[in-house]
Amino acid sequence: MTLMSYLGAIGAAQREAMDADERVIIIGEDVEANVYGTTGGASKSRAAEGDFLQRYGRQRIRNTPISEESIVGAAAGAAMTGLRPIVDLSYSSFLYMAMDQLVNQVAKNRYMFGGQATLPVVFRSAMFYGLSTGAHHSDRPYPMFMNVPGLKIIAPASPADAKGLLRSAVDSDDPVLSFEACLLWGMKEEVDEEEYRIPLGIGRTVRSGSDVTVVGVSNAVVEAAAAADAVAAEGISVEVFDPRTLVPLDVEGILGSVRRTGRLVVADPAHRTCSAASEIAAIVAEHAFESLTSPIVRVTTPDMQIPFSPVLEKQMYPNRVSIEAAIRRVLGVPKGGLPESARPAPALSPNPGDS
Amino acid sequence: MNETLSDVTLLEMQRRMLRIRRFDERAAKMVKRGQIPGTVHTSIGQEAQVVGACMALGPHDYMTGNHRSHGHPIGKGAPLGPLMAELLGKATGVCKGKGGSLHLADFAVGSLGESGIVGSSIPIATGAALSAMVLGNGRVALAFFGDGAANQGCLYESMNLAGVWKLPVIFLCENNQYALSTPAHTVTSGRIADRATGFDVPGIRVENGQDVLTVYGAVSEAVGRARAGSGPTLIEVITYRYNEHSEGLRLASDYRDQSERERWLAADPTILFRKELLRSEVATEAQLDALEQEVLTEVEDAVRFAEESPYPDPAVAFEDLYAEPAGVRA
Repeated sequence: MTLMSYLGAIGAAQREAMDADERVIIIGEDVEANVYGTTGGASKSRAAEGDFLQRYGRQRIRNTPISEESIVGAAAGAAMTGLRPIVDLSYSSFLYMAMDQLVNQVAKNRYMFGGQATLPVVFRSAMFYGLSTGAHHSDRPYPMFMNVPGLKIIAPASPADAKGLLRSAVDSDDPVLSFEACLLWGMKEEVDEEEYRIPLGIGRTVRSGSDVTVVGVSNAVVEAAAAADAVAAEGISVEVFDPRTLVPLDVEGILGSVRRTGRLVVADPAHRTCSAASEIAAIVAEHAFESLTSPIVRVTTPDMQIPFSPVLEKQMYPNRVSIEAAIRRVLGVPKGGLPESARPAPALSPNPGDS
Repeated sequence: MNETLSDVTLLEMQRRMLRIRRFDERAAKMVKRGQIPGTVHTSIGQEAQVVGACMALGPHDYMTGNHRSHGHPIGKGAPLGPLMAELLGKATGVCKGKGGSLHLADFAVGSLGESGIVGSSIPIATGAALSAMVLGNGRVALAFFGDGAANQGCLYESMNLAGVWKLPVIFLCENNQYALSTPAHTVTSGRIADRATGFDVPGIRVENGQDVLTVYGAVSEAVGRARAGSGPTLIEVITYRYNEHSEGLRLASDYRDQSERERWLAADPTILFRKELLRSEVATEAQLDALEQEVLTEVEDAVRFAEESPYPDPAVAFEDLYAEPAGVRA
């Protein structure tokens, strides 16, 4: 085990994948100069041991022009003919520039050609939300892609998951979109430096608990764990569950937890309407309604664009405070108060008041 | 006549052009009769450009198509039965009945698929060329697209990428002069072939796109350049579609001049090449008649195969989305 950051774990997974298989190549803007910190070596020097360009050369480290549509399409075409590209699209908002290729080619080619095409390709992008990057760089667009059959989606929320999930994504013979949260880039933990893989579709119980399940997505997992720790002192036992991948989704893991606790909060940094939280809430309502003792509460970003000023932006995403409030709401516990299990849950407040 | 080509190859060119003509004539008829669901876009009139380009490629080279694309896999040598079965939505279709006329693909002959989105398959061919370069397998890729797609941004992104990486790809613009009803010259500034200059890529304009050997010659040169590591080529071939944009389409306005159409009908590529084969004594009238008959039989066999094939089981609609089962808890 070694102490590794989230960003370092992504770099380690890419290095492992490049070493393991010559068909793996990296395509993207600024990958040569390691601008985003996942294609570098031991130090910032280009001559440092492990620098991707030094190690793998320009044939496999493909610095691109700013042409997202063709980068994505070319990666798809390369995947259909024998390569296993990892595409670094840097900001998640840039995926929109390649929407036609992602939706009409990447997601559909295998199906509409009757299984003739195989697309082992990974599209990585980082969500720069919460960092005063303004409306064009703060997007969390994974729900749009959950609505496109044929894509797989990972959203790692820890360094260990980032490494293991990305290896599985590169191994996968299907196209995988990786949504990485910049807020987590600096997060550090002990990570196995040996190769390992986390299967897509298996979630992780971050905290075990018995009173309420909080399903978190991406950075909201960290906020949910903080909320769970905060209410633990009052004797409230919160189970925090991270599905880790949104497609495939660990439905059994989510339902199992809700059946044990009887209550559900879903914390998701995406916009509220048709969010991952909406889908998870609907699945639980359909399949575990009889286990629920209070209405499900979603904690999401309101259906509002993201403002620049830190003072304006801070309130937009699920955080420890809003998740804690949602936990109290499903339990009918006022702040500092005692459990009142008989008390009816308050009416759902309209968007944007999640809590 | 191209003296480097064997008589066998020359006759194969005529055979493939005739296959496209008869296949599409038959398909048009079947749309009218309701035997083919939806509609089709025929390549009738454009056979020389399709076959000239496809036969300049090797069997392992890649190719992507567009919405007017029955001819492309046929030109590349795909058997007709599974293609026709696909148009009918049958289980034996080349895409198991999931693609249809707009999404024919036959990976066995390097046909990586047609795109119903104009221009969208150009980056795919560019990627196939990237793969050929990285894997060092000597293959090339060719993207077929129309004059309409020539105004899509992805062509220029792809041409730039291919130019800077020297990818072995040929961008082949089938300029049939109309994007549905819109005359190309009214929406296209300058000449399409000239646009290559800005990317430091050779841009070739083939004025006589009805002559299969002229197209073959231009594409062969581009393929040679690509294989030699000299990068991409843009080739604009001037041609004409004889039928309406799609079968069954009835437009109120007459956007094409009748005399224009007649001029192009007089330059029917299958008739022109038949005359050339006779003139150069590659084949006799009797041999060419026999060839026509063989192709007719082949097309009728394909139709019979398609008609006699079963429809797919409805459960098939839920297969082939992913290569691996969406992994969930056991």
